[in-house]
Amino acid sequence: MKRAGLRVAWVLPAVLAACGVGDDPDPAQYGANPALPERQGGLLPSMEIANPAQWGERRPTVPPGYTITAIATGLAIPRQTLLLPNGDILVAQGRGGNAPKLRPKDFIAGRLKGKGNTSVKGGNRLTLLRDANGDGTYEVKTVFAEDLNAPYGLALVGDALYVANQDALVRFDYRVGQARAGGKPEKLTDLPSAINHHWTKALAASPDGRWLYVGIGSNSNITERGMPAEVDRAMVWQVDAQTGAHRPYATGLRNPTALTFQPGTDTLWAVVNERDELGPNLVPDYLTSVREGGFYGWPYSYWGQNVDPRVRPQEPDKVAAAIRPDYSLGSHVAALGVAFSTPAMGGAFSDGVFVGEHGSWNRKEPVGYKVVFVPFRGGRPSGPPLDFVSGFRGADGKTRGRPVGVTVDPRGALIVADDLSNTVWRVTPVRSR
Amino acid sequence: MATTMDRTCPRAPGRWHAFLLAAALPLFLGALLCDCTYWSSYESQWSNFASWLMAGGLVFAGIALVCALVDLFRAERRGGRTLAYFVLLLAVFVLGFVNSLVHARDAYAVMPSGLVLSAVVLVLAGAATWLACSHQACSHQAFAGWRAGEGR
Repeated sequence: MKRAGLRVAWVLPAVLAACGVGDDPDPAQYGANPALPERQGGLLPSMEIANPAQWGERRPTVPPGYTITAIATGLAIPRQTLLLPNGDILVAQGRGGNAPKLRPKDFIAGRLKGKGNTSVKGGNRLTLLRDANGDGTYEVKTVFAEDLNAPYGLALVGDALYVANQDALVRFDYRVGQARAGGKPEKLTDLPSAINHHWTKALAASPDGRWLYVGIGSNSNITERGMPAEVDRAMVWQVDAQTGAHRPYATGLRNPTALTFQPGTDTLWAVVNERDELGPNLVPDYLTSVREGGFYGWPYSYWGQNVDPRVRPQEPDKVAAAIRPDYSLGSHVAALGVAFSTPAMGGAFSDGVFVGEHGSWNRKEPVGYKVVFVPFRGGRPSGPPLDFVSGFRGADGKTRGRPVGVTVDPRGALIVADDLSNTVWRVTPVRSR
Repeated sequence: MATTMDRTCPRAPGRWHAFLLAAALPLFLGALLCDCTYWSSYESQWSNFASWLMAGGLVFAGIALVCALVDLFRAERRGGRTLAYFVLLLAVFVLGFVNSLVHARDAYAVMPSGLVLSAVVLVLAGAATWLACSHQACSHQAFAGWRAGEGR
């Protein structure tokens, strides 16, 4: 066996020499029918934690014909962004979760994974960015709303701005051009927030504005906090935008971290982060259309009918009903952002979906740490993902940024939130400027 | 400490040494019982308990292992039984550590290896303790002295 996949200082006896999973090159596990290897269960999970560094004069890499600029820096953990009708950008900032440490493992793993994140405290606010003269420089950076609780999902329906905090869905009144919220928000409904192992609450509004969809992540990797902790978790809620009444819309989605509607349709799409500790190439994170009433496997099975033996009691009926997702993005890439493109993005990137990948920890050879583009044809994914923004992790092994939310500006720009360097990036086709 | 021990009794564990062994055993026993309960109930809290009990047992067994290592190099305590005791305790520590890593797995991935290792660790820890105190005079001195509060 190979050595344990740990570069971080963790002094362990030689007995651990038998537990690493060894080399794990990226297997290009993309598309509708990814190859799924056998499950692996070593004594220690393979790990490679991001080693943060400053950007300095460096910039993320974009394809030829595109340019990238930092339109806002010095933010406090930017996660998701929302484009407003006048071109202003709202940036949700914060970090949530209050999961207690239950086992000796939690103390160690929490410290290790923390090294790969920013040391900045979450802002718990929305910041507004404005480029008044359209020259590509966002000269205004001002706080739109503060004292929120780890805000994440954002949606605008007419004059109502919805914000999904980690514990509640709230509504601000909004009129175009406003740079600061008029007052405290009104609570539409509480959201499941006990423990909040996966705390992010993704948000999307239906095209007609009647329904809101909230992504609620599981309270564990694979039920290790017990099944009672998973009530109302690992699902997408459909919420009545007027009354706050809600029901499960789709279930078995382990951590649906971003939601969006496909333009011109009533189809909801999601990116979902799948389970860890089954090996470097299990289980693929995915992009999928979300069927009403659909069950997507978690925790009982993955990628359709592949039973996860770690879950007891097992539920064969649920496994049989589990839907296979549409498109594998690869295992452990940690997809946290999704946005449909627009023809103004140009060239090969005009029809498809951008996906922000925060990057892996649970494999020796890192994957993710980039924004990919999944090309579409006829409304469905049609090929392997293309790198759109990369270079967040340099050849020197240092990580300078970690992409989260992605938003498409219909005028031809992609907005990328980066929660390691606390920056918002904007990528534009050169010819449109 | 051990200076109060009768030097004619070569393999008796020192008072603190005996205390460490006495502390580790019920923790390992608790870990096994919690594993059994998780095995049959699927309630993951029992697995959390087992993790902590195993970690606690390892702390005491680890210090006892250091004492045993020191004894190996002390002329008056040298002997086959001292060596056997050390090897047993080393096995307890190594297997207990592996068991802690097994217990760091999520949900039922702890089973069945975690349960088996907990049982093996308990048996080995019991054997090590038995061996350490098996010389009648020694165990009498170690534990009776402890009870009487000698050497305070």
